[in-house]
Amino acid sequence: MSDVKVSIKNLYKIFGPNGKDMVQKVEDGASKASLQAKYQHVLGLSNVNIDIPARRIQVIMGLSGSGKSTLIRHLNRLIEPTSGQILVDGEDVLAMSDKELREFRRNKMSMVFQKFALLPHRTVMDNVCYGLKIKGIEKVEMKERSQKWIDRVGLSGFEHNYPAQLSGGMQQRVGLARALATDAEILLMDEAFSALDPLIRKDMQEILLDLQEELHKTIIFITHDLDEALHIGDNIVILRDGAVIQQGSPQEIVLDPADDYVRDFIKDINRARVLDVSSVMKPGSTESGLELASNLVLELAMPAMVKADVTSANVMRDSEVIGMVTLADMIGGIAIPESHEGEQVTYR
Amino acid sequence: MAIFDEFPSMGRADLMDLKKGIDFAFSDFSRENGEAIEGFFDPLMFFMVWFEKLLMNAPWPLMILIFAVLAWLGARSIPIVIGTIISFLIIGRFGMWEDTMATVAIISVATFLCIGLGIPLGILMSRSNRVQAVITPVLDIMQTIPSFVYLIPVVMLLGIGKVPGLIAVCIYALPPIVRLTNLGIRLVDKEVLEAAEAFGSNYRQKLFDVQMPLALPNIFAGVNQTIMMALAMVVIAAMIGVKGLGVNVLKAVSNQYLALGIMNGLAIVALAVIFDRVSQAYGKRLQKHRQGGHGV
Repeated sequence: MSDVKVSIKNLYKIFGPNGKDMVQKVEDGASKASLQAKYQHVLGLSNVNIDIPARRIQVIMGLSGSGKSTLIRHLNRLIEPTSGQILVDGEDVLAMSDKELREFRRNKMSMVFQKFALLPHRTVMDNVCYGLKIKGIEKVEMKERSQKWIDRVGLSGFEHNYPAQLSGGMQQRVGLARALATDAEILLMDEAFSALDPLIRKDMQEILLDLQEELHKTIIFITHDLDEALHIGDNIVILRDGAVIQQGSPQEIVLDPADDYVRDFIKDINRARVLDVSSVMKPGSTESGLELASNLVLELAMPAMVKADVTSANVMRDSEVIGMVTLADMIGGIAIPESHEGEQVTYR
Repeated sequence: MAIFDEFPSMGRADLMDLKKGIDFAFSDFSRENGEAIEGFFDPLMFFMVWFEKLLMNAPWPLMILIFAVLAWLGARSIPIVIGTIISFLIIGRFGMWEDTMATVAIISVATFLCIGLGIPLGILMSRSNRVQAVITPVLDIMQTIPSFVYLIPVVMLLGIGKVPGLIAVCIYALPPIVRLTNLGIRLVDKEVLEAAEAFGSNYRQKLFDVQMPLALPNIFAGVNQTIMMALAMVVIAAMIGVKGLGVNVLKAVSNQYLALGIMNGLAIVALAVIFDRVSQAYGKRLQKHRQGGHGV
C-alpha cells in the first residue's frame, strides 16, 4: 500500500448536548438506537478508523443516514468531532488554530458539493476564481489558472454565463473546476454526482477518472451508489450507522463481503465488470496458448476465451505467468455467493 | 367581594407621585444634557439645512434632470422616467416645488441614515440568536408604539426642528431594513456558505462575498419599505417643525382646506410611487442572474 495521506483514528461524533459523556457509553456497547432512546443523543460516527492512501481515489459509501457526509465534513473540520484524531500528512487537523485551519482549507483540501454550492451572482469564471481569490492570488494569474481549468472540464465559451443558465452537469463541472483550481492535494467530493441524471453522471465519472490519471490527487469520494463506488474507487469503505463495516478494494468487497448488509449491497451489481482475472485465478499454468493480463475484467476475458476456443488461459503480469484460470472458475466468480458457510441466507 | 368589582389600582396620590417622579427626572436629565445632546446632533443639522437649501435653490430644470437620470439609472425603464418627469412638472405647476424638495431632502437623509444604521444592526442580529432575541422586541415596540408617544421625549430633549423630526422618522422607518437584512442573511443557502467555509474564507470574506450579495434582494426589499415608512411619517414630522408637504397637510386639516390637503397629499403619493417603482426595479435588476436564459 502506498503512503498514508489522511489518517482517521478512533473518530466519534455524537450529536447532542453531552456528546463527550456519551462516547464511553458507545464504547461500552450502546447502539445507535439505544443511545437515542435512553439519552436523546444521536450517534453520528462510531469509532471510525481509516487510513487513506495518497494519490488514490478513496470511496466512502453508505446509505443515507450512515454518517458518510458527516465523516467527510470532519476532514476539513466543517464539523467538530466529539473525540478522535484526524491526521493529514501527519499533521493533526484538530489541533489547528482558526488561522491555521483557514490556511489548511485554502491550500491543502478543496471540496465539491452535492448541490454544487456555486455563487449564483457570479459568472462561471468568477466562481472558478473563488478559491484563488480567497488565497489572495493576483488577478492576472488567477484568471489564467481558472481559464486552464475551465477549458480542462470542457466549459470553454461559458466563462461569462451565470450558474442558473447552465445545466446540472455543467454546474458541477464548474464546481469541479473551482475545487481543482486551488491546486489542493486533497479533493473532497460529497456525493458530487448524485444529483445528476445517470448519463451525465457516467460522463462526470469519466471526466474525473481522466483527470485523476493525470493529476494523481488524493480524492475522497462519498457516494450511496455502489456501481459508482466500484467504478471509480481504488479503495472502498462501507459505513453503516456511523461505523465502518468493511474496507478494501472493489474486488475484495465483491469477493468477500463482510456481512449480510454488504452482501445485500453487492447483490445486484455486474460482477463481471468488477472482478478481474487475478481474482479467480489459481496456481499453475496451462498449454491452451491464450494469455490474459491479470487486471483484465471477466466481462472481457470470457469472450476472449470463447473466441480463442479454449477453456483455460495463463494469467500474465509483466510478461510472466503468475497463474491460470479456467472458464468454470470465471463463471463461479460471477455467480452470486450464497453465504460464507454455504448455507442459505435470507436477505432483508 | 369588593376586590373583584374594582381593580385594586394604585392610589391616586401614589400614581401622581410616580408620574411626577418620572417626568421630573426626565426633564432634569434633559435640562442638564439637552445642550450636549443637541451639540452632538449639530453636524447632522447643518448637513440637513445645507442639503435642503441645495435642493430648493438648485434650478428646477436641473433638479428634474437629476431625478430623471436617477430614475433611469435605477429602473432602466422609459415609462418610469417619463412618469417621474411629468409628476415633478405637475408638482411644480401647482406651486409645491419648494415643499416637495424639503420633503425629498428629509426622506433622503432619513433613508441613508436608516440604511447606515440598519444594515450593520441587521448583520449583528443575524450572527447571534441572543442579539436577535434582544433586538426583535425593541423593533416591535418601535413599529407599534404610537408615534406621538416617542415625540414627547424627543421634543423634550431636542426641542422642535429638523433633527427631532428626523429622529422621529428614523425610529419608525428603521425596523424593516434591520429585520430584512437579518432575514436575508439567515436565509442564505447553507451549502453555499459551507462551500465558502471549505475554501478557507474568513468572516469578512464570507460576509461580503457570499452573505451580503445573496441577501441583497431581501435587503433591498427592506430599503424599499424604509423609504415608504419614512414618507408615511412626513405629516407627523411636520408637527415638530420639519418643513415640507406635511406642513401643508396639517394646515389643511386644521382649517378644513380640502383642495390644499388633496394636492399635497397627492404630491406625497407621487413621491412614494416614484421612489417605490425605481427602488423595486433596481432591486429586481440586481437579481438578473437568478433567471435562466442567456439575456444578461
